Amino acid sequence: MKRAFFAILQRDLQIAFRRVSEIANPLLFFIIVASLFPLAVSPDSEHLRGIGGGVLWVVALLSSLLALEGLFRADAEDGSLEQLMLSPVPLGVAVLAKVTAHWLVTIVPLVLLTPVLALSFALPVGVLPVMAFALLLATPTLSVLVALGAALTLGLRRGGAIVGLLVLPLTAPLLIFGTRAIDLGVYGESVAAPLYLLAALAALAVSLGPVAIAAALRVGVE
Amino acid sequence: MKLPRWFHLFGSPPFVYRLAGALIPWLGGIACTLLIVGAYWSLVVVPPDAVQGEVYRILYIHPQTAYVSMMAYVVMAVTAGIGYIWRIKLAHAVAVSAAPIGASFTACALVSGSLWGRPTWGTYWEWGDPRIMFETLLLFLFLSYLALRAAFEDRDKADRVSAILAVVGVVNVPIIHYSVLWWNTLHQGPTISKLDSPSMATEFLIPFLIMMAGFTFCFYWLLLSRLRAEIVERERDTRWLQDALQGGRA
Amino acid sequence: MNDLLSMGGHGAYVWPAYGITLAVIVFNVWAARRKLASALDEARRSVGKDQPRNQPRVRQLQ
Repeated sequence: MKRAFFAILQRDLQIAFRRVSEIANPLLFFIIVASLFPLAVSPDSEHLRGIGGGVLWVVALLSSLLALEGLFRADAEDGSLEQLMLSPVPLGVAVLAKVTAHWLVTIVPLVLLTPVLALSFALPVGVLPVMAFALLLATPTLSVLVALGAALTLGLRRGGAIVGLLVLPLTAPLLIFGTRAIDLGVYGESVAAPLYLLAALAALAVSLGPVAIAAALRVGVE
Repeated sequence: MKLPRWFHLFGSPPFVYRLAGALIPWLGGIACTLLIVGAYWSLVVVPPDAVQGEVYRILYIHPQTAYVSMMAYVVMAVTAGIGYIWRIKLAHAVAVSAAPIGASFTACALVSGSLWGRPTWGTYWEWGDPRIMFETLLLFLFLSYLALRAAFEDRDKADRVSAILAVVGVVNVPIIHYSVLWWNTLHQGPTISKLDSPSMATEFLIPFLIMMAGFTFCFYWLLLSRLRAEIVERERDTRWLQDALQGGRA
Repeated sequence: MNDLLSMGGHGAYVWPAYGITLAVIVFNVWAARRKLASALDEARRSVGKDQPRNQPRVRQLQ
């Protein structure tokens, strides 16, 4: 099972790197939208610091939605998803591998980019590690939720419109805890509590999520 | 294992259709009586609160609608799950009937809570309060369930896909319930629990419970009413329904 | 009566809370009735069109 996991992971990474533009799109979206806020709201650094954490989280969420099209649809269309279902590999494991690949390729660059953008929001340098760590803990859950949205809408022709409606409310707890961690960090208090909660959510999502995603895929491919 | 006959009967649309038809007047009568008596009691009979004055009377609406909204989601998730696992179409019919009613009660809970919050906490909406946030999430979950269903043309697929969403979302219900214990919130702790004696004086407790019972009966009254319509829609081209229609028995 | 309406000055909060809840319940009752009526109409229109599906009779299994 471990070999199958890494094999699928490697395959998905190779496919992703062949289409580098698809990786770049969500990142560019992230940068552009995050840059729109100081222009639209106010370049005053006090204001920016107040909204910066929240804005970056929201834009990160939206950017991750952009990348989900490639998660299952390409494989469903050329039949390799069905092959995966018929193989002796448990579908949950395959799903976990695909979600991990998606996370590595799409989300991790986003997380690495966030501290840079955070500086443009006049967030204090001391809070950047907290923000990066919080994002790192929250993004596995995010990837799982996004994958669940993609799997649920797999059978739809224009599923993209509804995925946001499905996924974004479910990401609300991540947003709450993540921004709380940043706020606590900005004021210099202990950020342990929200980070523990994010870690707990990640553990829950990564362990149970693939089961739900696999079930949704089976229905979608029927 | 030989299952009892009633077990199969509850999976049979004509049986449930007729049973619901028989129960609906009773449920409606009980619900309306309890709600009318309860509302009168809450608004007129009970004296005003020492601290909050008259506005505390929303206590007889807000926790009850919130409780029913959570119950509605559990009903939806459980029946959707049953429908998914055992492929019982009627279970999905119950789930889809529960969704709009649950959404309505959730909206009532949020609105009544907001109106109560303004004079007592000083704000219509507190973004940081966990219970408000998770109850709002519950509203979105109901709406997402319905929206996801609507996106599929094939009803069976819609049933099964939305069932997964419903079951995944059910974690929200215990989160709402325990949010007052887990976080510092504006909301107070629970006044009624299964094991301890209630922390509310009897003269306030009685209308509270009357309204609770009233809204619960109301939910099931509305659920069965909607379920009958859903059954007719799904069973449109079956013999039992066509016979019943022709015989004037529907 | 005035006391009842003003609710100690908080009438603007109490009455909408009760009123909106009542309206929502009434709406749900009406919506369910309408859905049933239109479903029955649809069903009546399709009586005799195609061969109807048979619902298995629930009998005690031997």
